[in-house]
Amino acid sequence: MRQFELESVEKVDQAVASQRDQRRDAFVAGGTTLLDLVKLDVMTPERMVDVTHLPLKRIEKLDDGRLKVGALVTNNELAHHELVKRDYAVLSEALLAGASTGLRNLATTAGNVMQRTRCPYYRDPAMPCNRREPGSGCAALDGINRNHAVLGTSNRCIATHPSDMCVGMVAVGATIVVEGPQGSREIPFEDYHLLPGDTPEKEHDLKDGELITHVILDAPRAGGQHYLKLRDRASYEFALASCAAIVELDGDSVASARLALGGVATKPWRAEAAEKALIGQPATRENFERAAEVALADAVAYSHNGYKITLGKQAIVRALRDATARTTATAA
Amino acid sequence: MTTESGKIREQDVRGQHTGMQKPRIDGTLKLTGGADYAVDRNLPNQTYGYPVTSTIARGRLKSLELDEALAMPGVLDIFHHDNFDSLSRSPNSFAEQNLTSEPRLPFEDNEIAYHGQYIAFVVADTFNHARAAAMKVTANYERDDGAITDIKALDSGEGELPGEVQEGDASSRGDPDSTLEAASVKLDQRYSIAQECHAVMEMHASLANWEGDALTIYESSQGVVFQRNALSKIFAMPPEKVTVISHFIGSGFGSKLFMWPHAIMTAVASRRLGRPVKTMLPRSQEFTATGYRPTSLQRVRLGADDSGKLLSIHHDGCNESSPTGKHDDTVSGSTPKMYACDHVAVTNRLVTVNKCPPCPMRAPGEASGSFALETALDELAVQLDMDPLELRKKNFAETDPADGLPWSSNHLIECWDSAAKRFGWDKRQSTPGAMRDGDELIGYGMATQSWEAMRLSSSARVGFRADGSLLVACGTQDIGTGTYTIVAQTASELTGIPIEMIDVQLGDSSLPTGPLSGGSFATATVLPAVAAAVKEALGQLTELATAEGAPFAGVETDTIGLENGELVSGHRRLAVTELLAHNRLGLVDAEASAGPGDEQGQYSFRSFGAVFVEVRWDPEISRLRLARVVSTIDIGRAINPLTARNQVEGGIVMGLGMGLFEQAEFDHSGYPYNANLADYILPVNADIPEIDVELLDYPDYRLNEFGARGVGEIGLTGVAAAISNAVYNATGKRIRDMPISIEKMLTA
Ligand SMILES: Cc1cc2nc3c(=O)[nH]c(=O)nc-3n(C[C@H](O)[C@H](O)[C@H](O)COP(=O)(O)OP(=O)(O)OC[C@H]3O[C@@H](n4cnc5c(N)ncnc54)[C@H](O)[C@@H]3O)c2cc1C
Repeated sequence: MRQFELESVEKVDQAVASQRDQRRDAFVAGGTTLLDLVKLDVMTPERMVDVTHLPLKRIEKLDDGRLKVGALVTNNELAHHELVKRDYAVLSEALLAGASTGLRNLATTAGNVMQRTRCPYYRDPAMPCNRREPGSGCAALDGINRNHAVLGTSNRCIATHPSDMCVGMVAVGATIVVEGPQGSREIPFEDYHLLPGDTPEKEHDLKDGELITHVILDAPRAGGQHYLKLRDRASYEFALASCAAIVELDGDSVASARLALGGVATKPWRAEAAEKALIGQPATRENFERAAEVALADAVAYSHNGYKITLGKQAIVRALRDATARTTATAA
Repeated sequence: MTTESGKIREQDVRGQHTGMQKPRIDGTLKLTGGADYAVDRNLPNQTYGYPVTSTIARGRLKSLELDEALAMPGVLDIFHHDNFDSLSRSPNSFAEQNLTSEPRLPFEDNEIAYHGQYIAFVVADTFNHARAAAMKVTANYERDDGAITDIKALDSGEGELPGEVQEGDASSRGDPDSTLEAASVKLDQRYSIAQECHAVMEMHASLANWEGDALTIYESSQGVVFQRNALSKIFAMPPEKVTVISHFIGSGFGSKLFMWPHAIMTAVASRRLGRPVKTMLPRSQEFTATGYRPTSLQRVRLGADDSGKLLSIHHDGCNESSPTGKHDDTVSGSTPKMYACDHVAVTNRLVTVNKCPPCPMRAPGEASGSFALETALDELAVQLDMDPLELRKKNFAETDPADGLPWSSNHLIECWDSAAKRFGWDKRQSTPGAMRDGDELIGYGMATQSWEAMRLSSSARVGFRADGSLLVACGTQDIGTGTYTIVAQTASELTGIPIEMIDVQLGDSSLPTGPLSGGSFATATVLPAVAAAVKEALGQLTELATAEGAPFAGVETDTIGLENGELVSGHRRLAVTELLAHNRLGLVDAEASAGPGDEQGQYSFRSFGAVFVEVRWDPEISRLRLARVVSTIDIGRAINPLTARNQVEGGIVMGLGMGLFEQAEFDHSGYPYNANLADYILPVNADIPEIDVELLDYPDYRLNEFGARGVGEIGLTGVAAAISNAVYNATGKRIRDMPISIEKMLTA
């Protein structure tokens, strides 16, 4: 049986000091990703650092209007927080569309940011996977790839980033705050997760010894918000396609828009070109459809996931429609 | 009570406790953790086994590297081809009750027939040590290309299905070919259903223990007697030396009917180590090593006249099977009995694939076959521009059309009518897409449900105890369906002893031989045996009571009956407890058997039902949901309507799984892609709508004196067809390949 040490830390600097190598020393928060992967022999830490006692459990409004979320705030606490429900409805909806109540009570904000892909080949050490074992190959490319990405893929990896929360955060805009041996640093949320490219094993911009301490949400955006998650069954399944939309209207036209996609891309995906295509345009179905075309224009289908291109567009059009409807409702 | 199905005979049982809603008597035990499932048992000095499985789907095992694993903490031994005991195969006979699921013994040879095949078995002092060491065993293979896991890829899409027709799997009546040729309305379509996994809640588990030359094995089993007999053949020892115990089962759905190899590995390891060995399969191996409902391909051809009268039916089926064990799912098997039609031909074929053997899965054959037949009928109704319900009524079979026998009891017409009324079928618009609610298109669909009503032979023992309690014992099992409860209800009915005082013992092969928990025949089989044993025991009580000097001395024995735990003759009453005390006896017991009789050649026994569903399709986001289900079922008498309804509901949920979600996937290399409960999509609560189950109450006294025909499987039949028919009604898209996934809807 593989042995590992378990260390519990009370302070952020202890946590930072305790981690020298991310592969060997793993922070454990809710454990809902990490412990599963340890049991599957996919993650093989020699030490686990229990960070659940760190004082990172608060949600506070900053003077500049932003919302600072502690790394250990659970997914349910965040989803049900009054300010999140009021100002970041799309994020609250995204969180509640994820996993199950029980899991969300354990899952933390930082853990969710750091969750790993659900590609079954990644999760089985008997199979080749460049993300898990660089250079071993990608079994999904010519295997079953129904759940895989159509955006941001490479010939090394086509696995999706599975998070709903992260899609909501991309839409509302956020900054990740990390504490490391060299002190604290901030990373724009959109730059945090990395495209697979030639190095799918490099999943994010976190250096050895660094701990996520907070995620700071941008000041609330004007407009109606909606998160739509499409999947086979009604609950307890990762997205096949999802869309987080924020639409601000000026009369009948779109004044500003934020669009993020999940389930179709290798990282939480901002559809910036589609946002631009909407701005200044009347909020009509035709224009939503056009934006959806723009968002998926670069999509590449593999043998089993071509349907995701259609599904992704459908998610966008409906999310835009429903976000827009909420704008009107608020205005009225 | 309606007694239409035959006059009530003297011995027919008319219900104080049977027919009443009774919560499971073992409910508290289960909720409090007091129910001893196989894996919950622990024995002193126990060890743990963990299988190592093949990571290729086809080829040969060349060598195993065991050194690292053997050196791991707690490892006691590793068993494999080179060091396993030499055993014999079971004859694998259903009639002799020694059928196993995979006739090939573990490690018998080095051929790899499927991904997930056992290649070694690690035993260690703890579960975690065994598991960790198992993960350190590496295997060297000679891999063969061309593993086959997809029979759909073998189908040309036209003419005959792939595979070989099995002996006994082709039957016909009349002249179906030329009748079809001449028919004015014709249909020829192909259907398929993806492989489904049982995915039972309680994992397969064995705990084996040898005492001298006697083996006791605690197993999660739907057939303790079958497993006892098979082990006795495999280990070449007398059946009395083997005891299989399965007190509680967290469901089986057919996957636990016939023993799997993990039990054999466990028993061998225990004998070799001289210590108890416990094995619990991990969830992933539940998907690859313990059976499944095989992928099926079907072709249905129908010929009809312009009025909708069926002139001919051809139903050809094909299911995948395994190199290591054959399973014929006979998906077309029930078709000859379903509708009045003079010209019918059915066949079933097998294709061998690189997977473990398939096995029965709830409503085997019929769940799959009814999908094809009932969808084809819907398609025919569209061609005829006829209401699909009317089409079925037009072809109602007054007698069993396959053998001409009268039905023992058949209320299908009432099922159709009542379910249609409860559902509101009259509001259906036949034009696809005509019913809408906001973003959603609404579709209505229906299908006939059916399952053969079987009864086998069983023994049982009943014992009156001095403390007033009653022992009832039978070597059958309660797989979660409520067998403990209905046996108690029945014994209470027959003796008047309160249910709380009845001690039901099941799930032990040393008890009087009882049936498998399968085929929906346990109720119809076991209860008459209990009745026979009560009668025997009553005979003994009567003898004691009428002996010289005894309280009933001189009373005519055939005037004596049992009520409230008392012997009764006219106005005279004698408590059984008093009689036992009088004779200084602790227990008066008797064993008896009961089985089917002459009625089997005189009537055809079959349950029928009707299922109506509403689906909702939101075309702009490709979202398909089941919104409503109504099912009216005629199962004769429901001994316990509470658990009976529960069975129908569960069956419907499984039908929903077949229709919309379930699909075991294998990639081109034969790799089982979704062998876990996250990636294998099953319905969750949020997918399950309101289910309205109506049980008609027409006791079928021709099958047994309780009028019960069994209810475990029928609820699942027809559901996938009703869903696909409703999808057509909502969208005009006819999906003939289950499950109806998003991508199929998008491309149809
Ligand atoms: C059955 C199931 C279904 C699910 N369904 C969904 C779904 O539908 N949608 C969805 O979005 N998610 C889903 N999830 C994923 C779930 O959201 C994540 O597992 C969870 O958010 C991870 O949080 P955690 O606190 O448990 O992380 P942990 O498991 O504790 O950690 C995960 C990773 O984050 C690292 N980590 C933790 N804290 C920090 C920190 N402060 N700084 C740096 N690194 C850190 C750990 O080292 C580890 O690598 C599902 C999970 C399961 C098991």
